[in-house]
Amino acid sequence: MESQNTKKGAAIKLFDWFESRLGLAKPMIEAALHPTPARSASWWYVFGSAATVLLVLQVVTGILLGLVYTPSAGEAWSSLQFLNHDVTLGWFLRAMHGWGSDFMIAIVIIHMVQVFLFGAYKFPRELTWIIGVFLLLLTLGMAFTGQVLRFDQDAYWGLGIGASIISRIPIVGGPMVGLLLGGPIIGGPTLARFFALHVFIIPGTLLALVALHVWMVLKLGINEWPMPGRVVSKTSYLREYQEETHKNGVPFVPDAAWKDAVFAAAILLSVMACALLLGPIGPTGQPDPTIIQTAPKPDFAFLWIYAVLAYLPADMETPFLFIAPIVVIGGMLLLPLVAGEGEKHWSRRPVAVLMLAVIAVTLGTFTQLGTYTPWSPQMEAWSGDTIPTQYLEGRSPLERQGALVLQNKQCRDCHALGGEGGMRGPALDTIAARMTEDQMIRQVLQGGGNMPAYGKALSPAETHALVSFLMTLRGKDLQPAVDFSRTLTRADNGAAPPAASGEGAR
Amino acid sequence: MSTSKQHGGAEHAEGAAQAAEQTESRGAVQSRRAFLFKLSLALNGVVGAVVAVPILGYILGPALKKNASYNSWVSLGSVADFPEGETRMVDFRNPVTMVADGMTANSACWVRHVESKKFQVFAINCAHLGCPVRWFPQSRLFLCPCHGGAYYEDGSRASGPPERGLFEYNYTVAGNHLMIEAGSLPTLATEACDRRTKPLVQIEPGAPGTSADEDANTTRSS
Ligand code: FES
Repeated sequence: MESQNTKKGAAIKLFDWFESRLGLAKPMIEAALHPTPARSASWWYVFGSAATVLLVLQVVTGILLGLVYTPSAGEAWSSLQFLNHDVTLGWFLRAMHGWGSDFMIAIVIIHMVQVFLFGAYKFPRELTWIIGVFLLLLTLGMAFTGQVLRFDQDAYWGLGIGASIISRIPIVGGPMVGLLLGGPIIGGPTLARFFALHVFIIPGTLLALVALHVWMVLKLGINEWPMPGRVVSKTSYLREYQEETHKNGVPFVPDAAWKDAVFAAAILLSVMACALLLGPIGPTGQPDPTIIQTAPKPDFAFLWIYAVLAYLPADMETPFLFIAPIVVIGGMLLLPLVAGEGEKHWSRRPVAVLMLAVIAVTLGTFTQLGTYTPWSPQMEAWSGDTIPTQYLEGRSPLERQGALVLQNKQCRDCHALGGEGGMRGPALDTIAARMTEDQMIRQVLQGGGNMPAYGKALSPAETHALVSFLMTLRGKDLQPAVDFSRTLTRADNGAAPPAASGEGAR
Repeated sequence: MSTSKQHGGAEHAEGAAQAAEQTESRGAVQSRRAFLFKLSLALNGVVGAVVAVPILGYILGPALKKNASYNSWVSLGSVADFPEGETRMVDFRNPVTMVADGMTANSACWVRHVESKKFQVFAINCAHLGCPVRWFPQSRLFLCPCHGGAYYEDGSRASGPPERGLFEYNYTVAGNHLMIEAGSLPTLATEACDRRTKPLVQIEPGAPGTSADEDANTTRSS
């Protein structure tokens, strides 16, 4: 008993020795015990802390990767191969860092959606939201620069895309490309720049802003559970919140914190599971600009941008590229200043919920499209994909010759047959039901829409064969396409059945 | 006040006068210190500005350098390597490189030998967003894998999102060597060659390809 007491006494003495010098324990304990609205000790409120935990994971794994990674354009790629294959558990650390980044983006976005739906950005937490917007941008910045550090083919051509986008800015475009690349080409200085961004500049800013963000959460208190009809007003909110937390508050530790801790642990385990099962992300081929057999693709988080760029009409592209980000980011920053008061509950904010739904569906759709890029030609389809046998059965030699022309002239790169081939242009399985022979000839020779003109690339014989083959493609029970003007001319001569005219034209 | 000031200093004055004197001098000291503090701020402002000059110069260096200044003539090999009427890919090493560039200082371009001494040398980078275009001799088209931009064999825009034809390098035939003027990443801002600026085509959605229309007609009638 006595020895225990003296041990305890010694421990307390030691603690006091530090505390009298540091003076940190008191404010920390106060922060831990700060009253939280009882209902806010909820599973809905765990995302912010999980994002912070993921950030710590990224910092730790990032530093560890930095022990081996070589930020030189000539060696980065091979140092990643070395990490993947030769360093003990190097692959696992890379996998954790890669998947950790995906998780972090996901959790930050979920956190933001939750804050938006719960109206937590309203008075007095406007600045917390605004800093949060910057945290989102910095997180995305980390993901983008990280993707560049993976210095592979995708990174190389991705940088080329970035430079091309920036080069479109009027007047300052050229200098800004130089600023981005650090020289005339994508090379050593480019990677070094992105290394500095990814390792020093963005993480430093990120950590500082996270500290500020958390500080403000502590100072202003955790958002109360929104109730329909409970309206935020700048005159009375602070008093109401005080009363609420003093009447129904629970200490953050342990009442709410245990959920944060459990969720964070679950997230960390999920990152590890993904890393273990799915392995490290990349690198893909080496960043050799002379290897052009590649279709660069950005990481998951940026697929939607890739898709939007593909679908924008050409003349809208440049204005869109520079105006849209300003509008979107500006809108997010201004949100709490414009809508800082009023209802918090989602059931009383139909516009907000609708907006969120539209944004979610849009981003989701574009991301989904980005995963299979229907706008990209399949560069190997012409030599690799087969023509379904039923499209060749019972066809005349001329028609089969046409099928060969279709393959040889790379038509398949953009047009699918039997579900195989590019999706850039329409599938040709039932083309004869949609176009008459004349229309096909015109389209093939002159192009139009998104199709180049093949007039120069096809001899008249090839064109004839190709169109003969295409005329046999009209599905099972579909009628061939009809040129309506012909029916009219025939009607003058005494009404011929319209179906015959298409065939008759042959 | 004025009397106390006159009699102040070394002499022992009355209590009230002394107090006044003390506040006076403390006030003077304070305002002097405030002034010195402001002066130190101003000094640091000036020093900061001076320090910023080399920093900004260092950061902006690559941005302020003219792109053309990087360019120089690079040989693509003997003219005999390029049969007339064919389009071939050639690799070359960027004229300005550093050790850390590694393989990224390599580059490629498409050489089209039109006839005798007439060539066209196209950048590998799509005029849309810079992806590497591929030449298909069968259909006489350059196709871009990213968003499906297509160009005819003379580099003019055929279809898809690019607003203009392929970037072209300046070339010259020296002896029997084909040389191009290269050095910076071809983009809309730099272009492969700065001199032969091509205007952007106005794309009307749905309009048939512009440059090949006549060709199409001639082929048809022939
Ligand atoms: S980069 Fe070539 S079409 Fe977009």
